[in-house]
Amino acid sequence: MAWTPDQPLIRISDVHLSFGPVQVLNGISLDVMKGDVICIIGPSGAGKSTLLRCVNALVPIDRGSILVEGQEVHDAKLDKLALRRKVGMVFQQYNLFPHRTALDNIMMAPIHVLKRPRGEVEQEARALMRKVRLEDKEASYPGELSGGQQQRVAIARSLAMQPDVMLFDEVTAALDPETVKEVLVTIRELAEEGMTCMIVTHEMGFAREIADEIYFTDRGIVVEHGPPAEFFTSSRDPRTRQFLSQIL
Amino acid sequence: MITNATDLPVLKPFRLFSPLPACGERSPRVARRVRGIFHWRRATESPPHPDPLPASGERESAPPLTTTHAWLLIAALVLAVGIGQAAAAPAAPSVLATLIKWTPLLAQGFALNIAMSFLAMGIGTALGFALGLALISLHRPVRGVAWFLTEFFRNAPWLVLLFYCMLLLPFELRIGDTIIPLPGWMKSTLGLSLAVMANVAELVRGAVNSIPFGQWEASEALAFTRMQTLRMVILPQCIKRMTPPWMNLYAILTVGTPLTSVVGVSEAMTLTGDILAAENRSELLVPMYLYLLLWFFLYCYPIARFTVSLERRFQVR
Amino acid sequence: MINFTPLWDWFRTLHESTGVNLTIFYDPFDRARFFHGFLTSLRLMALCLVASVVIGVVGAWIQRSRVALLRALTQGYVQFFRNTPPLVQLYFFYFALGSYLKLTSPTGLPVPAVSNFTWAAIGLSLYAGAFNIEIFRAGIEAVPRETIEAAEALGYSRLKAYVYIILPLAFRISLPALNNNLVNLVKTTTIAYAIAVPEMLYVANQIWSDELNVPEMMNVLLIIYVSLVGLLVLIMGRWERAMRVPGYSPS
Repeated sequence: MAWTPDQPLIRISDVHLSFGPVQVLNGISLDVMKGDVICIIGPSGAGKSTLLRCVNALVPIDRGSILVEGQEVHDAKLDKLALRRKVGMVFQQYNLFPHRTALDNIMMAPIHVLKRPRGEVEQEARALMRKVRLEDKEASYPGELSGGQQQRVAIARSLAMQPDVMLFDEVTAALDPETVKEVLVTIRELAEEGMTCMIVTHEMGFAREIADEIYFTDRGIVVEHGPPAEFFTSSRDPRTRQFLSQIL
Repeated sequence: MITNATDLPVLKPFRLFSPLPACGERSPRVARRVRGIFHWRRATESPPHPDPLPASGERESAPPLTTTHAWLLIAALVLAVGIGQAAAAPAAPSVLATLIKWTPLLAQGFALNIAMSFLAMGIGTALGFALGLALISLHRPVRGVAWFLTEFFRNAPWLVLLFYCMLLLPFELRIGDTIIPLPGWMKSTLGLSLAVMANVAELVRGAVNSIPFGQWEASEALAFTRMQTLRMVILPQCIKRMTPPWMNLYAILTVGTPLTSVVGVSEAMTLTGDILAAENRSELLVPMYLYLLLWFFLYCYPIARFTVSLERRFQVR
Repeated sequence: MINFTPLWDWFRTLHESTGVNLTIFYDPFDRARFFHGFLTSLRLMALCLVASVVIGVVGAWIQRSRVALLRALTQGYVQFFRNTPPLVQLYFFYFALGSYLKLTSPTGLPVPAVSNFTWAAIGLSLYAGAFNIEIFRAGIEAVPRETIEAAEALGYSRLKAYVYIILPLAFRISLPALNNNLVNLVKTTTIAYAIAVPEMLYVANQIWSDELNVPEMMNVLLIIYVSLVGLLVLIMGRWERAMRVPGYSPS
């Protein structure tokens, strides 16, 4: 049964995961439609980052299912390459390859993994650098770039694989406040262009601004979710209200 | 329920990220599964602080020798030669002249030391790299064998290894019709390269473990295979980290080559003994040995300084 | 006393049936001399371990002295012993220096004042001590300045601060490198063979010259040394873990 855009792009159903005695994901379910931008917020240790890693098959789950474009992620016979082409991920610690220039970082995966011709990839990489407004930093090494610049290169690197959905794992948490904004602007532009995004973040203002749906998770389950307007003003669950009152 | 069958191949790099126990320690942060088949790590946590590289033990550079030392050294040499000269029989040639007379021979012997060090380092590094990759292999038996070999050759005293190789390796290899002679110095070099191999393997393992976990994650997320990740992301970064301790190992190897004189190789140490026996003058003892020590010092000290400057350069990233 | 004779006889039968000749087990003379060699090795190792650590601690202290000459001397010593072969150092001590230190025995013949075992101990301790000085120096430098300032503010003298505050911290920081060096020292004690110290390697050489059982003796040697060093590594690892300060990481 082929996937069609009227079905959720990502469907997470009742996922359970424990690390030893700690139950990190406790029956999480959520749907992401194509073009949606969803933000996941919640106290630390609530399993948000883990959830993203489960979607990307970096971490296996104990129980439940995750469907990306109809394909079950936790299937032993999964084609990794196909999944990683569809799902791009940006990490909190950027994780750029320090021994290669910014442009090389962006070009490496399409050349070696997708086996695309170098000339084509280079042109696209330069376009991506322009898109994240770093066209003069192509020959710089990650060590020479600021945190915000590195994070934007990391975003460009994931975009080079032309994914259908982008996962952002607290991408601004390790940045200085001045540089947070430039990264958020980049993400917003992506969202406005129609990229499906799952964003784990602490930036409430940003979440309110760009999300189509906000999910609040605590202790491994989705406590509450809703469009930002409703969510921030009239949340129902007491836990949600307590969390919001602490941070807003 | 997680079983081996549903464990994703994508996760294999993360399985190995419980670094092999160094000195019997277990990383407390990584929770071990009951069946001990794989090791979990909190995907959101940064990995435990990796083993510091088994380096020279210097975190900062040792203060270099200064002109004071040069003066002291010259003073010591003059003293030694002077005392020797004073104790010499009046008809005998001067100590200094004797030293100079034997210098060409000593140079030949020293050249053999250097040659052996290069050879042993080359062979040892090549083997050690392979062994190091085996140490981080995904297959438990491969890892186990590699660990055993590494520990064995790291723990064996070099002199015992040399004896073993000298006495128990054949003096020639017969492959089909060809006969390859194995002279003594070659057997000793093989013995030394075994020791180097084990140390290099440990260096490689330490370097790979010191690469931040995020690099593996990012490569995984970009769908690199494990080999691609190692080849393009991890190992290039390791080379830089490995270079200072590797050079340190070379220095240790070089000062270890005189050990081969004990097992009969005719290198600088042996020749010194022969010279002293030939000259049969007791006043030559101190100057001659000091002279030999000086040769090694002049070779190894610049290497040590260079290593320190490399370390400093690689740390300021 | 446990009767070991059946065990020894087993080795004798092993020799007769398979040709594997382990005289160190079934021959009482070889057994005794190998055991003495083993003990000599252990004594040498223990002596050098302790002496080299002492040299390291004292040398690291001297290196912080305000007297430039002392610093220069220590630095010269360290660099010299680190960049020259330990074997040549040993020969220098035993043959070169030893030739000047001769006493006359009652029979009128010259006898070395310092035995070869002592020279081996001195030479190896100085060699490992040089490395230890470097290791401790690095450890001391890694102790944060603020900690030392706090000690001074509390009125600790330089010596007291060194003993009670800096040294314990520096020790823990340098423990991995120190352990590495001590393990290397234990391996290096085999070079005492070259000056005829009757330690294990030397005695084994004597035995295999007599009994012509080279492979067996080499294998036994290898196994014993690897096990000894392995045991030391294990103990050091335990010690390292026991000494670890929870939550402390010097930046």
